[in-house]
Amino acid sequence: MSRMTAIRERLADLEPIELQLLDDSAAHAGHAGARSGGGHFRLRIVSAAFAGKHTVARHRMVYSALQNLMTGDIHALTITALTPEESNSL
Amino acid sequence: MDIQETIRQQVTSNHIVLYMKGTPQFPQCGFSANAVRILHTLGVRDFLSMDVLRDPELRQGIKDYANWPTIPQLYIHGEFVGGSDIMSEMFQSGELRQLINR
Repeated sequence: MSRMTAIRERLADLEPIELQLLDDSAAHAGHAGARSGGGHFRLRIVSAAFAGKHTVARHRMVYSALQNLMTGDIHALTITALTPEESNSL
Repeated sequence: MDIQETIRQQVTSNHIVLYMKGTPQFPQCGFSANAVRILHTLGVRDFLSMDVLRDPELRQGIKDYANWPTIPQLYIHGEFVGGSDIMSEMFQSGELRQLINR
């Protein structure tokens, strides 16, 4: 299973209504973190589960859903976590 | 002294602490560079920066301390604020300036 698929599957726990995942790894090839094998990803996730939660709490929910992927497969993850209402207002 | 106690003392005895890769002069990662740039833009020059690349125990310890898996990590008044994305958001909303000046 590819990393992208693995990430998407874990994030399904948050019941996203929108999930955009970009693999930025190529842009970081050669720097120290990339050499260890971890990828650079950019995530935009929209879920009602984020309602009433601060950004730190939302990011923790994402990290928690990703579990052990954060310690090896993912070196860096840029997160935008929105509720459906916030996403519509952008 | 164990690493968790060392970190607790660092973040409580300094107003602003940034755990990062590299130094403010020579950041070793784009996210750490972004964190430093935000602090400098807010006029914050006087902060403690800790280079986790120099200390594997600190590098793991800080992830455990805040239960946060990535670096950089910003602490203000002993409280964990967030990483690079959250600093960017809070900088744009003006929240970070308020927190620093409080």
